[in-house]
Amino acid sequence: MTDALLAITVLWGFVFIYAVMATMDFGAGFWSMIYFNRTQTKATNIANRYLSPTWEVTNTFIVALVVAVYSLFPSAAYTLGTVLLIPGSMILLLLALRSAFLVFSNIASEYRKPLTYISGITGILIPGLLISVLPITHGNYIDFSDGRQTLDLMKLFTSANEYAFIGFAISSTLFLSSLLLADYSKTAEEYEAYAVYRRDAIILGPISLAMAVLIMFTLRIEAPWLYEKMMDNLAFLITSVVFFVIGGLGLFLPSVTGGPKGMPRLTVIAITIQYLLASLVYGQAHLPYIVYPEVTIQNAFTDPNSFRAIFATYIAGFAILFPGFFYFWTLFMNDKRYLQQKQPPEETKT
Amino acid sequence: MDDLLIARSLFGTTMGFHIIFATIGVGLPFMMLTAELMYQKTKDQEYVVMAKRWTKAFAVLLGVGIPTGTIAGVQLSLLWPGFMEVIGVVMALPFQIEIYAFFIEALFMSIYVYAAERIPPWARITSLVLVAIGALASAVLITNVHAWEGTPTGFRIENGMITDVDPWAAFFNPSFIVTAGHVALSAYTTGAFVIASVSAYKLWRTEFNTRIYHFHKKALTLSLIVGGIFSLLTAINGHESAQYLHEYQPEKLAAAEGLFETQSHAPLVIGGFTDRETEEVKYAIHIPWALSFLAGNSFDTVVKGLKEWPEEEWPPLFVHTLFNGMVGIGSLLILLPLLALLWMKFLKKEKYPRWILSTFIASGPLAVLAIEFGWIFACTGRQPWTIYRVLSTADSATTATNLGVLFLAFAAVYVILGVSVVFVLLYYFRKNTVEDDLHRAEQKGVPLYGSNT
Ligand code: HDD
Ligand code: HEM
Ligand code: HEM
Repeated sequence: MTDALLAITVLWGFVFIYAVMATMDFGAGFWSMIYFNRTQTKATNIANRYLSPTWEVTNTFIVALVVAVYSLFPSAAYTLGTVLLIPGSMILLLLALRSAFLVFSNIASEYRKPLTYISGITGILIPGLLISVLPITHGNYIDFSDGRQTLDLMKLFTSANEYAFIGFAISSTLFLSSLLLADYSKTAEEYEAYAVYRRDAIILGPISLAMAVLIMFTLRIEAPWLYEKMMDNLAFLITSVVFFVIGGLGLFLPSVTGGPKGMPRLTVIAITIQYLLASLVYGQAHLPYIVYPEVTIQNAFTDPNSFRAIFATYIAGFAILFPGFFYFWTLFMNDKRYLQQKQPPEETKT
Repeated sequence: MDDLLIARSLFGTTMGFHIIFATIGVGLPFMMLTAELMYQKTKDQEYVVMAKRWTKAFAVLLGVGIPTGTIAGVQLSLLWPGFMEVIGVVMALPFQIEIYAFFIEALFMSIYVYAAERIPPWARITSLVLVAIGALASAVLITNVHAWEGTPTGFRIENGMITDVDPWAAFFNPSFIVTAGHVALSAYTTGAFVIASVSAYKLWRTEFNTRIYHFHKKALTLSLIVGGIFSLLTAINGHESAQYLHEYQPEKLAAAEGLFETQSHAPLVIGGFTDRETEEVKYAIHIPWALSFLAGNSFDTVVKGLKEWPEEEWPPLFVHTLFNGMVGIGSLLILLPLLALLWMKFLKKEKYPRWILSTFIASGPLAVLAIEFGWIFACTGRQPWTIYRVLSTADSATTATNLGVLFLAFAAVYVILGVSVVFVLLYYFRKNTVEDDLHRAEQKGVPLYGSNT
């Protein structure tokens, strides 16, 4: 594997991890808003219990992603920085309001309702904008003339492909997060909340699959080069759909561990594999372009000495952080005392 | 306004806003740790209560510090793509390592807060130490990028192309240690005086000799001791920073002192306004020879004046005022703890009079102001360069136009966040009084950290 390929693989890995964590994060914020008034099911409670300790960690991933782009592919960062000024700024503004009001809603309990609404609504808009980076890199909306790069916002926001991506991002956010929260609430033995999130997942799963198909349809017209290369990997795409079906079964089969119907843990794993396969296909088809057709992984690659130094820090950083992540996981994802705490939510937040 | 000016103002506003939360975010964990350690030493519950209340304030401030930092990090690429392209090739290491520091801070902060009641005390203290290390490391690493902008090393430019990149040589650029040290020390100073401000304000409002009065007085004493130590260290190290300017960025020092003619036995100029036309600093106090001595430890050190360089390369001259402001506040912050020492230990008074309390109340906001002055001085004083004598600000900037709307949108969001964070802090501490927390701390089995009435 060449260094540039290694680098883009690392970057792709970050994108995938962030995408999964962010959908859980923004989705949980949204559900916490939707079920705000239904106190008896504890659905909001469960969402908050997941969200409170994790949003900071998730946020760090987006910063890691941006840093990885300019450390590994500096001239791609030049192009992306230039064309993403407007969408990027919109994301930043929403993200700032969302994170701040999320924290505030946990502190100022009397004002929790309006604050939860602000963070819930801004949060659900963010994935739609974030994913727009992908169609933008397909090159159709960028004007590369006279050595300058400009984004044609009109063209972007009148494209069917863009809306397919936005729809996919929002439905996937809600789908993945409701799945995770279903699993989380089952582990916490909050069966009413489990029923609610299971139902949501069952509704949203097919919708996000339909959106993915819609992306492929519009891609065929707007970025045929990408569509064709993705179709070369049809076998992977089909396997991905198979995992979707396995995931779906997981919600209907009787539980082996007791409690109500469904094995949400199995579904979470199957669906994660589904998304992993699909994004592998997408990522591979995108190569060697970072921004089609001007910026490729070869012409944007950083200095080899810098790459080696950066790569060394990835290894060292991972070695140092891994125990931390593990400890974090045992305390918040796997500790029954945390998951099943009996206090009302007011007493569990910072 | 042209777009370059708007881009500069927008980035400066972002940084000016982030830095308030970031600096306190470095300083507060250190104070929390000090309080936790005091508890281990004295077993006095009041220190635990202090640590808990400061933790809550810290968690709220993180709610603004993290998103504004995210804005800063992404905005660098959005507004200064030319600059980040060079950074990506030569100086990406600090950004990269900073990510690990952010992770450490984020992971262990959540553990410290949300798992406080479930983990043993040693694990809690370790988590807090890691939070403090993470915060300090973020500050040190990001400052390293700023240091490198002033003393760029680790590469050569040939025919406009960057070659011979040595990322670790860039990382250990000459001003790294001094600059990062200054930022770290000044952040600890600021954290301590922010606590001192709040405690002094509480003393002002609380009846003398009550339990609550003693609680706040204890907090005030602790913060004045920490603040006194670090303000002294900040000044010593600041002096060294100025010597580095003399060596590496002489036009910045010349602008800071309003010095036009190159000379030995140069005077130190305090106050006043630099006048470009008459080439003098009006209404200022001149201390003969002092600048030469401060810059090079001897009176015949030759200090370069602005006229060494063409006028387009001069930094803006108002940085003189910013520099004076920072040094003035720095000196005051050394004197305040000494005043407290004199009053309490040598004059053996029980109670601070109102005039002393009011200076303490002012100290926190003044420290934050010094941070703002220092940064605007350091960044604006580097103009017209983003990378000193390598890359100009104009060549760094985005080619996009119509940035005015963005500036307004970001400014509006900062106003919203600034107002609401103050509101939330006031609300929380009004609802959760010191009495409540002391009461909770005394009972066994009642969660203190998780509590939020
Ligand atoms: C509480 C805050 C605070 C205080 C009391 C001081 N400083 Fe400072 N100073 C900073 C906070 C700061 C800062 C915000 O952290 C800066 C901005 C950039 C930097 O590296 O640190 C800074 C920069 C800075 C620079 C410019 C470095 C550069 O441009 O690269 C110099 C020469 C000094 N300081 C010198 C001093 C002196 C002689 C002080 C004497 C008391 C002093 N500072 C007190
Ligand atoms: C955190 C406190 C900081 C504040 C308050 C601050 C303030 C400012 C201001 C006011 C400007 C506009 C300067 C002008 O054009 O006149 C600026 C520009 C800039 N600063 Fe800083 N800065 C801070 C930290 C940093 C750090 C740590 C870095 C390094 C990563 C940095 C890098 C830059 C760059 C690249 C520019 C844009 C180009 C330029 O105008 O030179 N700043 N900053
Ligand atoms: C020297 C001045 C700076 C200091 C002392 C500083 C310090 C910190 C600290 C302690 C945090 C953790 C959050 C908090 O406590 O508020 C933070 C967050 C952050 N800062 Fe700054 N920072 C500085 C300047 C900058 C600059 C110039 C950038 C942009 C490159 C930046 C980017 C970030 C980012 C991206 C975060 C969020 C990290 C996350 O998502 O977890 N900071 N900063």
